[in-house]
Amino acid sequence: MTEQKKKLNLQVGRLFRRFLSELKAAVPKIVPQAIAIALAFVVGAVTLILTGYSPLEAYAAMLTGAFGDTFGIGQTFTQATPIIFTALAFLFAYKCGLFNIGAEGQFLFGAFVAAVIGISFSGLPSFLHVPLALLAGALAGGMWGFIPAVLKARLGAHEVITTMMLSYVALYVTSYMVNYPFKAPGWVAQTVPIAPSAELPRILPPTQLSASILIAFLLAGLTRYTLCRTTIGYEVRAIGLSPSVAESGGISIRKGIILALTISGAMAGLGGAGEVLGVHYRFIEGFSPGYGWDGLAVALVGGLNPAGILLASVLFGALRSGGMTMTRTMHIPLDIVSILQALVILFVAAPKLIKYLLKKGGVKWWNL
Amino acid sequence: MVELVDVINVGLFAATLRMATPIAYGSLGGIFSERVGVVNIGLEGMMLTGAFTGVAVSFFSGSPWLGVVAAVLIGGLLGLLHGAITVKFAGDQVVSGTGINIFALGFTAYMSQVFWGSRGASESVQGLPVISIPFLKDIPIIGDIIGTHTPLVYIMIIITVISYIVLFKTPLGLRIRAVGERPDAADTAGINVFKTKYLCVVISGMLAGLGGVFLSLGHLSLFAWGMTGGRGFIALAAMIFGKWMPFGAFGASLMFGFADALQMRLQALGLLPPQIILTIPYVLTVAVLAGIVGRAVPPSNYKPYVKE
Repeated sequence: MTEQKKKLNLQVGRLFRRFLSELKAAVPKIVPQAIAIALAFVVGAVTLILTGYSPLEAYAAMLTGAFGDTFGIGQTFTQATPIIFTALAFLFAYKCGLFNIGAEGQFLFGAFVAAVIGISFSGLPSFLHVPLALLAGALAGGMWGFIPAVLKARLGAHEVITTMMLSYVALYVTSYMVNYPFKAPGWVAQTVPIAPSAELPRILPPTQLSASILIAFLLAGLTRYTLCRTTIGYEVRAIGLSPSVAESGGISIRKGIILALTISGAMAGLGGAGEVLGVHYRFIEGFSPGYGWDGLAVALVGGLNPAGILLASVLFGALRSGGMTMTRTMHIPLDIVSILQALVILFVAAPKLIKYLLKKGGVKWWNL
Repeated sequence: MVELVDVINVGLFAATLRMATPIAYGSLGGIFSERVGVVNIGLEGMMLTGAFTGVAVSFFSGSPWLGVVAAVLIGGLLGLLHGAITVKFAGDQVVSGTGINIFALGFTAYMSQVFWGSRGASESVQGLPVISIPFLKDIPIIGDIIGTHTPLVYIMIIITVISYIVLFKTPLGLRIRAVGERPDAADTAGINVFKTKYLCVVISGMLAGLGGVFLSLGHLSLFAWGMTGGRGFIALAAMIFGKWMPFGAFGASLMFGFADALQMRLQALGLLPPQIILTIPYVLTVAVLAGIVGRAVPPSNYKPYVKE
C-alpha cells in the first residue's frame, strides 16, 4: 500500500514539475502576444477617442458584456467555438507552409451542406443524423480546400489567391442557394429549420452554447496529436519547414500539400456545420460575421499551436460577444472589433517590432 | 428575347476598359512590390482604403481631385506600414498583408458609420468628370470605346508606360530588380536595399490607392461596403499572368475587366440569378492561375533581407 502511495506521489510530483516547466517555457511565448494585444487595444482606444467615443466606457461595456454574467460567458464561448475550428484550419495548412485564407468560404460551404442534410432526412435517429450532417459539412469544406490544393500541387496556382477567390464563389453560391432553390418562405434569405434529430444539444441554456464546443476541443487535441505524433503530421511539418529537404527525405510534396489543405478545409467546414446544427438550426445568409478571418488572427495570436489557439479563441469570442453588448448600449459601430483584430494581427506579424518598441520604451525583458 | 448584340457591343468594350482600370492599377502596384521582393497581399485593403478616403475627402471638401490626392497618400501610408512590418522588422509578408486587408474592411465600415451613419454605403459625392480626347473620340467604334472616360483611365495607361520605362530602362529600375533578385549582391554593389524596398512598397500602395479611388470617385461617386470585392487579389492574378511585366499585366487586366463588364451587363439583363453571374470574375481568376502551369516564375527572392 505504502509502496503504491509512494509511486503515486512520485508520479504526481513528476507531472506537477512537468506542468511547471511547460508553464515556464510558455511565458516567453505568451508575453509578446500579450503585449501585441495590449498595443492593439491602445491604438483602438485612440481610434475611439478620435471618433468621439470614450474608450474606457467602451472597453468596460465589452468586458461586462463578455464576462459579466453566466449568459455573457456562455455567449463568449459560443462565439469562440467557430473560431477554434477556423483557427485550427489555418494552423494545419500553415504547418505545411500554406496560407489558407479562404477558411470563410470553406466554413460557409460546410454550414450549408450540413443544413441540407439536416433538412433532408426525417425520422433518422439523432446518433446517426448528427454525425451524418457533421461529416457532410466536413466533406463539403474539405472539397473546397481540395480544389485549391490540387491546383497548387499539380499546376502551381498560388493558394493565397485561389483560396480567396473560391471564398467569394462560396459566398455567392450559398447566397444563391438560400435565395432560390432552398429558400424558406418569408422575407429572410434562409433555409427551413433542420429536423430536430439533427440538432446538437445545447449545454448551457439559455445561452446558445452547444456541444459543438466539445467537438472543437476534441479537434484541437486531435490536431496536436496528428501534427506531433503521426506520420502525416511529420510529413506535413517537414514540407512546411523545408520542401526540398522533405523531398530528398522521400516525402511526396504534392501528396502533403493536397492532404494538408483538404484537411484544413474540412476543419473549417466542420465548424460551419457545428454552427448550423448547434446555434442557428438553419443556414441564414450572412450569418458569419467573418469567423474565417477570426480564425487566422486566433491562430497567429495563439502562437500557431492548438493549446494557444484555445486560449486566444476565448479572447476573440469575448471581442465578438462583448462587442455586441457595446454596440447595443453605446451605439459604437461593431466594426471596431475588426479594427482591433487587424491591429493584433499586424502587431503579432512582426515580433521584432515589439522588441524594438520595448527597447525604445526603456523596458528590459530577459529573453524577448 | 435577348439578342447577342444586347450583350456584346461597343458599350461592353468601353466598360471593359473602365473595369480593367482598378485591376491594372493594382497589378502595377503588385509589380513594384514583388519586383523588389515584397509580396503585397494587402493591395485589396489599400485599394479599399483609397476608395473610402477619396469619397470622404470629396464629401468634406467638395473636390474630387483632392480626394484622389488623399487616396494616393493614404495608399502610400499603408504601403509604408507594410514596408515597416516586412522590411524593417522582417515580419511575415502574407500575414502583414492580410492584417492590412482586415484593417481596411473594418476601418472603412467603422468610419462610414461615423461619417454617414450607414454601414452599407456613403452619401453620393462629387465624382470625377469624364473627358473626351479630341480626334480620338471621332474615330468610329474605337472612339466610342476609348474616346471618353474619366482622366484616371488615361492616367493608368500613362503610368503603365512609365512603369515599364522606369523598371526596365533606367538605373533605378535596375537597382529595384537587383534588390529583388539578389539583395545581398545589391547591397555589396552599394545599393541601399532597405531604402529601395521601402520606396517600392510605398509606390505599390499609392498605385493601389489610385485603383481604389477610381472605383469610388471615377465609377460610382460613392463608397460602398467592401466595394473592391477582391479586385486586389484579381490584380495579383493579373500580375502573375502578365509575368510581372507592366504591359503583360495591363493585358491581363483587360481580360479580367472584360469578365467584370460582362458580369455587370448580364446582371442588368437579368438572365440568371445575380449571385451566379457574380462568380464569373472569381472563377475566371482561378482558371487563369491554374492555366499558366509552370510558367509563372516569380522574379524575386521574397525572404526578408537581413543585413549581416
